[in-house]
Amino acid sequence: MLSPDYDSSLPRRPLWDEARELVRYRSLLTELILRNIKTRYKRSVLGVTWTMLNPLLTMVVLSIVFSHLFGFSLPRYPVYLLSGLLIWNFFSQSTVASINELVWSSSLLKRIYVPRSSFAVAAVGTGLVNMCLALVPLGIIMLVTRSPLRPALLFLPIALILAGMFALGVGLALSALAVFFADVVDMYQIVLVAWMYLTPIFYPVEILAPEVRWLLYLNPMYYFLETFRAPIYLGKLPAPEMVIGAVTAAICMLLLGGWLFRRKSDDFVYHL
Amino acid sequence: MTLSTTYKQYLQSKWKVAPAAVGLAPLVQLEEVTVRYRMPRERVTSLKDYALRWLRVRIRYSDVWALRAVNLTVFPGEAVGIVGPNGAGKSTLLKVMARVLRPTDGRARVWGAVAPILELGAGFDPELTGRENIYLNGAMLGFSRSKMDKKINAVLDFAQIGVFIDAPLRTYSDGMIARLGFAVATDVTPDLLLIDETLMVGDIAFQQKCLNHLRALQNEGATFLVVSHNLQTIQEMCSRVIWISRGKIEMDGDPIEVINAYTNTTECDDTIPIPREF
Repeated sequence: MLSPDYDSSLPRRPLWDEARELVRYRSLLTELILRNIKTRYKRSVLGVTWTMLNPLLTMVVLSIVFSHLFGFSLPRYPVYLLSGLLIWNFFSQSTVASINELVWSSSLLKRIYVPRSSFAVAAVGTGLVNMCLALVPLGIIMLVTRSPLRPALLFLPIALILAGMFALGVGLALSALAVFFADVVDMYQIVLVAWMYLTPIFYPVEILAPEVRWLLYLNPMYYFLETFRAPIYLGKLPAPEMVIGAVTAAICMLLLGGWLFRRKSDDFVYHL
Repeated sequence: MTLSTTYKQYLQSKWKVAPAAVGLAPLVQLEEVTVRYRMPRERVTSLKDYALRWLRVRIRYSDVWALRAVNLTVFPGEAVGIVGPNGAGKSTLLKVMARVLRPTDGRARVWGAVAPILELGAGFDPELTGRENIYLNGAMLGFSRSKMDKKINAVLDFAQIGVFIDAPLRTYSDGMIARLGFAVATDVTPDLLLIDETLMVGDIAFQQKCLNHLRALQNEGATFLVVSHNLQTIQEMCSRVIWISRGKIEMDGDPIEVINAYTNTTECDDTIPIPREF
């Protein structure tokens, strides 16, 4: 007898199985990402342009507010600020979207089988596409401020993939929790605000007292921020310890999130 | 194999299913499948509540057994109807086959692609156009864009949305959405089609069209499972009927016999088929 396409008695191999299923359902991922991009600004006049305008306008506002405070120690402050904002927005939007997508799909998951992690993967994929669009205004700001355009910029895809892996890990873990506890989303929103201020997005690291500066190394977002910002702002490759930190955080979080998600995903239907 | 040889012979003779199809490998096989819903006695939906209760006292659950040790084999070409009172476990059975629910105990195996007809609106996005939703829905059933490109004309033809196909779905009526959902699920020709009452939406003309379409699929050798309270439809459409009661299979076999036995019990509150004159 042929081996079945589905056998409920087979033991679950957490990550490998899910990854294989995602490859099989890759067209679903494409369709979900397309949908997210199409519907985000569907009813607005400017449409996708908002993806580029949004961080740009935030940057203008924050530049006006903060350039007096930090402008003296940070030349080309808009570039410093915008690079930080972009990577932060990518992370926060992808993770929040992971949670919301899974909740959106609850009526679907009760009726039809699709790999449950598709929604988190699509959320991060959407974030990456939006990020690529937002790199256009960043490039313009870099040109305007005469920032160095060096070959180090070729490191950006690696920095983005690492940040994407981390966001996916966090998204998977949180969306698995959110199925069981509805207040996870609200709690996470508050955590995000605190987390943003603890990450040197719009202030220089130097304003932190030297004796507390080491605390930054406990913040994984610091590594992703630095690996992303160094090629853009300094025109240099990120420091090796930052790359090592980012790789470690990305792999650990992805494994942890994937493990937690897979362990709980068979129970989702009972709770959604 | 749980099916008796006589039943196979019966299937072959009565429903002209190709002998090879019946003798061959099953499409779905459930062995001692048990599903338990574990409901917390007090509703705990927030993390804070959970932590507090966990600290104080263990959370108490009450168990609901939706399916108890169900054995069932479905062969290619069968049209299986499932009847039973509300809460008997009919929908749970479909969910196990659609691999949505992993059974608490027992083994469920499926050979081939299973497509449920989606409930009104599930899996559709109101902001996307009808056409875009067809592709999204198709992808959820596991079909690539290029495969959907080949099917789209048949889907459009069947759903009869007309010029509105490129308008956002939020402007559609419920009937239009139902037609779209039915068209996508049936035109992608899965190995096993699961139909949970959704057939009964839309106007009578469309219902009739759906039934005709299912019959055509049936003649081509498609397999499907229908859950419905409309016993007349079940009796007309199905080659085999299963009566489920309190999570157990009460009876399995010839449609008329099973439906008669079911309607003679007190638990039946469904529409009784009207004997037809012609």
